[in-house]
Amino acid sequence: MSASIDLPGFADPVTDAQATFRAVLDAMARPGTIHCAGACLAAPAPLNRATAAVLLTLVDHETPLWLDADAAQAHDWLAFHCGAGMVHDPNAAHFAVVLSLPDLTQFSAGSHEAPEGGATLVLQVPALGSGSHYRLSGPGLREPKGLFVRGLSSRFIVQWQQNRALFPRGVDMVLCAGTTLTALPRSVSIEEG
Amino acid sequence: MPDAMPLGHPKTPRQRWMAVLARADPEALQSRLGDVPRYTVLRGPEAGLVMVRGRAGGGGAPFNLGEMTATRCTVRTDTGLVGHAYVAGRNERLAELAAVVDALLQDPVQQPALLRQVIEPLAELQETRRAEIAAKASATRVQFFAMRNMRA
Repeated sequence: MSASIDLPGFADPVTDAQATFRAVLDAMARPGTIHCAGACLAAPAPLNRATAAVLLTLVDHETPLWLDADAAQAHDWLAFHCGAGMVHDPNAAHFAVVLSLPDLTQFSAGSHEAPEGGATLVLQVPALGSGSHYRLSGPGLREPKGLFVRGLSSRFIVQWQQNRALFPRGVDMVLCAGTTLTALPRSVSIEEG
Repeated sequence: MPDAMPLGHPKTPRQRWMAVLARADPEALQSRLGDVPRYTVLRGPEAGLVMVRGRAGGGGAPFNLGEMTATRCTVRTDTGLVGHAYVAGRNERLAELAAVVDALLQDPVQQPALLRQVIEPLAELQETRRAEIAAKASATRVQFFAMRNMRA
């Protein structure tokens, strides 16, 4: 073990993990709503606090984790605090940490017998609540809801439509910026503008 | 109870000092150590269960003997050394102290003095206590000659 795990995890593991879990749960139930997470956490570069909090809460030794090349610097911290098994094949991962929009088809979408096997992507974006405007609709939203996200590439809408077409298979996404997060479950439809 | 067990065959010096620290008495450890430098706790101290495995049968197949309580702690000194400790039971103070000493022992400058002042005396004490218990137990040993007699 080297000195690269120089930051602690949650100060109060039980309470902080429960609060973050609640934030993710609410965000998944009401797609596009913005919640706070990880405010008291010191996150390892290049992760922001919300990303680190979500990973500490959801990832453990039973959920293989895939890191994109830009996030590799946080490998030791995640391995130590989450006890996660790191995988090189994105298709084998239950969770993935991505700092820029990846090709969604490289991740497991689950099977028709077990759609819950679809991966959850934790995508770190520069900002939530400003930037490009997206219109969300689907389960959990009585009427279409607007969401501003900065830093999603132009390929996102097409990629998400392909992901949506796989339903009930597909990947879910948690978007994290600073100490805020929002979720895009596979059931949500997204249009630009 | 841990004193009754031999130290085993640690493969590296670090395994040896971690074993000694895990069996130490926290008061004795603290008094031998003196002042502790500043450090940050990275994880714990937290108690949990670990599965103790045994081996049985002619082939030595492993089986789960049962769970035991263990406490672990990881600290980082201000000089950047990371120390770990896993101790039997739920003595959080011992786990934290042992992790600090493990971190300090990884500093080649401090290591010889720490080994001399802390680890060696504790190891000696533990060995003496172990030998005492072993001697008491051996006085009540029952020898089974049945097999030998049958062969003779």
